[in-house]
Amino acid sequence: MHLRRPVGISLLLALLIAILSLGFSGAASADDGDPEAGNLVSGALKDTSNNDAPVADVRVLITAPDGQEYEAYSGADGMWEVFVPGDGGQFVIAIDVESLPEGASMREGRPTELRPIANPKQPLRINFDIGVDTREVASKWDQLPEKLYNGLLFGLMLALGALGLNMIFGTTGLTNFAHGELITFGAVTTYMFNVTFGWPFLTAALMAVLLAALFGWLQETALWKPLRHRGTGLIAMMIVSIGFQFLLRNLFQYFTGGRTESYDEHTTPEGHDFLGLFTYSYRDVALAAIALLVLIGVMCALSFSRLGRATRAVADNPALAAATGIDVDRVIKLVWIIGTALAGLCGVFLGFSLQVTFQIGQLTLLLLFAAVCVGGLGSIWGALIGSLIIGVLIEVSTLVIPADLKNAGAMLLLIVILLVRPQGLLGLKERIG
Amino acid sequence: MLDLIQSALHDAFSPLGLSFILAAIGLNVHYGYTGLLNFGQAAFCAVGAYGMGVGIASFDLPLALGLLIGMVAAALLALLLGIPTLRLRADYLAIATIAAAEILRLCFSATFKDYFHARDGVSGFTAGFRSLNPYPESMESALTFSREDLWVVTVGWVLVAIFCIYLWRQMRSPWGRVLKSIREDELAARSLGKNVYGYKMQALVLGGVIGAFGGFVGGLGNASVQPDSFNTDFTFIAFTMLILGGAARIMGPVLGGVLFWFALSLVGGILGKLSQGDDPIISNAILDPNQLSSVRFMIVGLALMLLMIFRPQGIIGDRKELAIDAR
Repeated sequence: MHLRRPVGISLLLALLIAILSLGFSGAASADDGDPEAGNLVSGALKDTSNNDAPVADVRVLITAPDGQEYEAYSGADGMWEVFVPGDGGQFVIAIDVESLPEGASMREGRPTELRPIANPKQPLRINFDIGVDTREVASKWDQLPEKLYNGLLFGLMLALGALGLNMIFGTTGLTNFAHGELITFGAVTTYMFNVTFGWPFLTAALMAVLLAALFGWLQETALWKPLRHRGTGLIAMMIVSIGFQFLLRNLFQYFTGGRTESYDEHTTPEGHDFLGLFTYSYRDVALAAIALLVLIGVMCALSFSRLGRATRAVADNPALAAATGIDVDRVIKLVWIIGTALAGLCGVFLGFSLQVTFQIGQLTLLLLFAAVCVGGLGSIWGALIGSLIIGVLIEVSTLVIPADLKNAGAMLLLIVILLVRPQGLLGLKERIG
Repeated sequence: MLDLIQSALHDAFSPLGLSFILAAIGLNVHYGYTGLLNFGQAAFCAVGAYGMGVGIASFDLPLALGLLIGMVAAALLALLLGIPTLRLRADYLAIATIAAAEILRLCFSATFKDYFHARDGVSGFTAGFRSLNPYPESMESALTFSREDLWVVTVGWVLVAIFCIYLWRQMRSPWGRVLKSIREDELAARSLGKNVYGYKMQALVLGGVIGAFGGFVGGLGNASVQPDSFNTDFTFIAFTMLILGGAARIMGPVLGGVLFWFALSLVGGILGKLSQGDDPIISNAILDPNQLSSVRFMIVGLALMLLMIFRPQGIIGDRKELAIDAR
């Protein structure tokens, strides 16, 4: 037993690495090698008071991180650019207000000096605001239907991940911190099949979900089952899952190299207007329909089939379930397979809205927790309700709070729910200690 | 090879490493001694660092007052967080604290931009601290540290020593024994008439304030305080250090922290050397320089898993003492 576990883990890793390296070995090769390292600093000046006309002959002063000063003049098209050798850092870029032509002036209250920080070789695109603000700002509440629509859409996608997380928690008691990474797995493998191998999107997505299911089986067999049989405590397992999260996320970063990619097909769907309330696309409607079908299918199976009853029996009392002839390990294995496959599907879908990056898991993990806690830890239908609430909340909250803070709203709801009703909206009271 | 070891030693004792070690000492009070699963230690470091940084940079307060603000902020956060959540089960506490830490990080990076300066972070608060530097001006660098760093490192290690001695005394006192009894069996402690909730709260405040010192040292060493350095990974890395050294041991987080940064730096250095040059031993197709840090942190994740599975008590821990598993 003691010897088998490292073998299991290394097997798990080997398979993962093998799968991923197939896809990314070509894409991951480095693109450096140019001796002239530096940052291209550029911008375009236009006067919004004058019909966005380009503003020519304006002097822009650039102070490089090493203190070297450069200057650039905007051309007839308003464009200016200068190449600054070096390894990035803190730039100071100022527009010479004196050199603005007659009639043009800086927008009131906007800075004439910007201090961006650039990574090595990162091009910097600098905007100075000249002229009055002509952007049309739609009234806040006009955006409500659009936000609701987007929120429900995101909530449905999230629910796929939340259901898996909740199933695993419900049957094994494990709070799986690596669940976000299982979502990334779906997105990254779909990208790999779709873009690197050039498969059609549907085949790639199907393959990704199948691989995710396999990954779930492998995880349970090689990692979690031996741990359970060894009597490892739940908190210890939770910390193991944190380590696993670290491992997986950095493995994905190793292969994707920190880039943000998108799938080959269906990336910019055509928008259709719905009664003037919001814009929808056939792609999003199709995704939502698939998500809803899968969710309802799995939830009905869990609620009504023999297997579902066995799952709930294991969740309530594994020893008693085993005594009544239920194969506990088999049930848990199935839960892992379904849960991970659902996470994979969630990743396939989120690859559209969040793009394919190794950070998907990190971005969604706490939202998953929030959804699951709001709906009810261990409650199957709660995962869907909680996800929809969280999805709508984070989209609609941007009407009143800055968009950067939208996830903070979900976190706050999570804490409030834990305080007021720790079992969640649909959870059972006896599940909390 | 010698220079690799030297730079690894440098990292092991650096201000960055020190800030994590102090955070881990605080976590040791929470997790090691009281059994509180605080996954939001980053938040305590963040409020400490921001309290000091904003106090000095925006309000021109003296250093001592800035530090005081940071400590008070951490204590307040502990109360604010503890009052509602300490009654929850262990895994709920973990989720609530991680969520609180994330809220704070988002607030630091998106609100009150005049004070917090968003992603750029707070800077320009080190003058007071540096003016106290006793090392002679002529000393350019010693032990591969710059004069400023050496001062931060000295103060940091003195703090570590003070906290270790203090905790060593505290944990042998009746107060510390109550904490351990809460960790072992909350119900038993309660049935002996101990105010479990009150003790947990005191532990949370104490560990949080020690965490704030981690924020001070990190901020002073970096000469800036940035929101994204206090993400969830911060807490998890501190946890890894604590478990590596051995939770519920005074020297656990210190030993674990030094070893962690030493190993992390050494592995990075060796992999870097092996994949460098015209004909690298590890070909660039497998490992190019951009992938180095991913590989290093993959190893961190794997190490945390293996540690927790095979040696949950860490290097110097006592397995019998760590039977925490509330459920």
